[in-house]
Amino acid sequence: MPMLRFTKDHEWIRQDGDTAVIGITDYAQQQLGDIVYVELPAVGTMVEAGKEAAVVESAKAASEVYAPVSGEVVAVNDAIAGDPAKVNADPMGEGWFLSVKLADPTALDGLMDEAAYVAFVAEQG
Amino acid sequence: MRYLPLTPSDRQEMLAAIGAKSIDDLFADVPEAARLDGFVDLPPAQGELQVERALSAMAAKNVAAGSVPCFIGGGAYRHHVPAAVDHLIQRGEFLTSYTPYQPELAQGTLQSLFEFQTQVALLTGMDVANASLYDGATACAEAVAMAHRVTRRGKAVLSGALHPHYREVCETYAQFSGLTLAALDPRPGGVEDFDFDSDTACVVVQNPDFFGELRDWTALAARCHAVGALLVAVVNEVVSLGAVTPPGAMGADIVAAEGQSLGNALNFGGPHVGLFAAREQHVRQMPGRLVGQTVDADGRRGWVLTLSTREQHIRREKATSNICTNSGLCALAFTIHLALLGEAGLTRLARLNHATACTLADRLAAVPGVGIVNTSFFNEFTLRLPQPAAPIVDRLAEYGVLGGVPVSRFYPGHADLADLLLVAATETVTEDDIDIFSHTLTKVLR
Amino acid sequence: MTGWSQALSGAHGETTGGHPGAASGETQTLTGNRGLQLEEKLIFEQDSPGHCGVDLPVPPHRDARLGGLERQGPIGLPGLSEPQIVRHFTRLSQKNYAIDSGLYPLGSCTMKHNPRLNEKLARLPGFADLHPLQPETTIKGALELVDTLAHWLKTLTGMPAVALSPAAGAHGELCGMMTIRAALTARGDARRRILVPESAHGTNPATAAICGYAIDPIAANARGRVDLAALKQSLGSDVAALMLTNPNTCGLFEDEILEIAAAVHDAGAFFYCDGANFNAIVGRVRPADLGIDALHLNLHKTFSTPHGGGGPGSGPVALAAALAPHAPLPWIVHGANGLGLVEHAEGAAANTIGRLKGFHGQMGMFVRALGYMMSHGADGLRQVAEDAVLNANYLRVRLAAVLSQSYPGACMHEVLFDDRFLKDTGVTTLDFAKALIDEGFHPMTMYFPLVVHGALLIEPTETESKASLDQFADTVNALAARAKSGRAEDFHATPRLTPRRRLDETAAARKPLLRWRPEPARQEATE
Repeated sequence: MPMLRFTKDHEWIRQDGDTAVIGITDYAQQQLGDIVYVELPAVGTMVEAGKEAAVVESAKAASEVYAPVSGEVVAVNDAIAGDPAKVNADPMGEGWFLSVKLADPTALDGLMDEAAYVAFVAEQG
Repeated sequence: MRYLPLTPSDRQEMLAAIGAKSIDDLFADVPEAARLDGFVDLPPAQGELQVERALSAMAAKNVAAGSVPCFIGGGAYRHHVPAAVDHLIQRGEFLTSYTPYQPELAQGTLQSLFEFQTQVALLTGMDVANASLYDGATACAEAVAMAHRVTRRGKAVLSGALHPHYREVCETYAQFSGLTLAALDPRPGGVEDFDFDSDTACVVVQNPDFFGELRDWTALAARCHAVGALLVAVVNEVVSLGAVTPPGAMGADIVAAEGQSLGNALNFGGPHVGLFAAREQHVRQMPGRLVGQTVDADGRRGWVLTLSTREQHIRREKATSNICTNSGLCALAFTIHLALLGEAGLTRLARLNHATACTLADRLAAVPGVGIVNTSFFNEFTLRLPQPAAPIVDRLAEYGVLGGVPVSRFYPGHADLADLLLVAATETVTEDDIDIFSHTLTKVLR
Repeated sequence: MTGWSQALSGAHGETTGGHPGAASGETQTLTGNRGLQLEEKLIFEQDSPGHCGVDLPVPPHRDARLGGLERQGPIGLPGLSEPQIVRHFTRLSQKNYAIDSGLYPLGSCTMKHNPRLNEKLARLPGFADLHPLQPETTIKGALELVDTLAHWLKTLTGMPAVALSPAAGAHGELCGMMTIRAALTARGDARRRILVPESAHGTNPATAAICGYAIDPIAANARGRVDLAALKQSLGSDVAALMLTNPNTCGLFEDEILEIAAAVHDAGAFFYCDGANFNAIVGRVRPADLGIDALHLNLHKTFSTPHGGGGPGSGPVALAAALAPHAPLPWIVHGANGLGLVEHAEGAAANTIGRLKGFHGQMGMFVRALGYMMSHGADGLRQVAEDAVLNANYLRVRLAAVLSQSYPGACMHEVLFDDRFLKDTGVTTLDFAKALIDEGFHPMTMYFPLVVHGALLIEPTETESKASLDQFADTVNALAARAKSGRAEDFHATPRLTPRRRLDETAAARKPLLRWRPEPARQEATE
């Protein structure tokens, strides 16, 4: 079962071996409203934990998507670049943003698991 | 006071409703030391008649350009604006309306700006244009900043034949943004050697250039693109686009232009209207407002401000520009004037301007000692006089002729440019004006 | 992800086009027109090729000297006659709300009446038909006008100098911040950071970034003002300036402003003030007396020059003595021969930051603003601030029972509410604003400032009568009551009565259509 973790900034990350797929959560897409545009990094870019990896925009707001972990971008989801509505429709699946080769395969251990994230969101009110 | 609807009894009633004893209670947060007890030291209120008299007296101390033969260009051009333009822009619904943030209440502004954007794209031969910037010079600085964002490179090269004000504004902005600008020296009549490489974000050129010369930038555009740099093309006189190949057809990536020539009076230099156009692929890096077409809840076509996430009110410190208020009413005047002209009218207007300038050029070239520097021109060209041009212009003014602008006004330190005089002739110049100019110039040069 | 939870709450997770309200019960017409609401296509869709609304003489035949660069193809502009153009733009104008039509309670925009005298004055040929490059002997009156305006602005602000070339408020902010950076550089003390309150208008951080600074936000205290302790914590030898708006964007006067100024100056930094809200204090307080070093004014706010659907504006910047030497070109100076223009960095102007704009400044707006100032005089301008503050407080007390005021107590020229009063109603700030449109009002500023949830910022200005305020208050109160009574559906479909219903902004951003294009030519059927 690939490990699924979450950040306080509402990104999710799903690890499979030494790579991990990153996206934004259902809560995030709800808060954003209709997504109109995504800006994805180039394959090969090095991303740093806590720093901006991508940008997601609705008609009235722009938001940074931070990398939950450090690593090298090995794939980006061109499908959402062409059809940003996929992020709203299926944020945990087809609406994924990018996939990274992990600099540290244990990096996800420090992040919230699903139960902790659900509790965190409930607190947001 | 005629603009203040509240009566003394209104004020009393309202203070009572608020529970304040006097208006001073509502200013209680102002530190005592900063409170002004009386009026500031300025004259008291005046009626319309008095204000009109005072300002008319000031206006009377100026020589209106249309009251004498006028041949001044240099980035602002005196054209005839049809009477309908000024009437339409003074309709209260255009004049006193706000930025169209509530599109249901502003379809008039939004549709006219969409028409403006289309006109600017068509004129410049580019894919997309914004809803205006302050003026051509700041549009040029924004173009350089945009090229920096798009290419992520820190150098820009400016033609020596770029309008000096445009160059100066770029230099001011670059001082603070950390861009390195290399401005070539002005060499009127010469061919420029642009030196740039793969660290260059853009090369900035102007057509017609500051000295009036017309250039084909197609080869330069190709050279730029070969190293991944952008070509920024500037236009000071948009009427030229009625007769001349547009920058888009020469391969420009960004166009920064001054729109004042259409719909807008000279106004002593402001307000004018900056035009900004670019290629489709760079649209998200453009500064300024953009109007886009969409549908409403009933499926009917309408317009909204769009791609707003580029702008300051959303993106704040990551915005493409800090611009908020731009030049909306001047853009509307441009749109109406150009709509009245249409394809046939703009074409004819451009031909008239060029023909008038050709006539002027022939007459002035015949003045003893005077030569024309240009090989080509649209409605403005550079004369070489047998003596410094600045005193000549002052003497022409004494004779009631606004005889162009001396290049030394822009380049005071350049002895090699001191004899140069920039002259323009639009459709407002008559045969008589040309006669007077040529005779008077002959006289003052003796 | 950051920065989204607040600003987007209006999106409500739905598209604006997701409510295909039927135009039910409305009379269908043959033309699509509805009485005086007339539909109007684009000019490009009304082209009569070759037609023209301007009669020009036939150009004399001349050999062209265009260097072989004659335009090769058509531009693609449509041709129409003057009657068609006049009708086109008249119809468009009728789809706009305007100050001339009604109240615009837009916080921080100061949508006051635009006196028509000023339009007449700006169009005097001696002002309008003046080329900026005319010899100085022919523009003496223009220099006198600009100098007179400068005198009025310096007197009202108490500052010794004013830079007049910036073309709008944001441009003025840029000017002010550039002079600050130049002054610091000149004294060998380049600093990296600018402090900006969280409630600041977006132009403030955008401007600071363009000047090459990093931005540190300053929190507000429970009373909605800058937290002085937090400010002092953030100040340091690395801070170039504080950018403050006063009164602030919550409509409150920063009562600790003297302490703020002292703290900023003690740290060797400059105090920049965004003067967008000057209407609250004009003639009653001078910014120089508050310790401010640079302040931009919006002639199109406080001084009534028309908004024109998005400009032109004018943003002169009043400067303290330490910053004046760095003011942008051109300068207008008093010399032996009277007033003159300084257009180059020499003499007294040797330390200028340079030029910020082509030519001299927004002369057309100077004429209008001076006409406004002279009409009001010192006494009238003081009355402007008093009536502006009175009107806002009157609305405050008329609305406070029903709406949720963010910072209880008196306000200045604008009052801030938030969306707590809409809690559990199913009606958002956005819905509430759209319902106001059907009632004939332009909505107040929404979702700004960002420091409260679902902000509603109301600024009536001094040119609204008591009757106008009462009608607005009555309407807002009735709508609030309707929202609380569970009639959310009524709000979701508003506005219903405008030329267009809610527009699909999502679609506009996903597939931007930013210009008209001709339809592709039909293919002829071939055998």
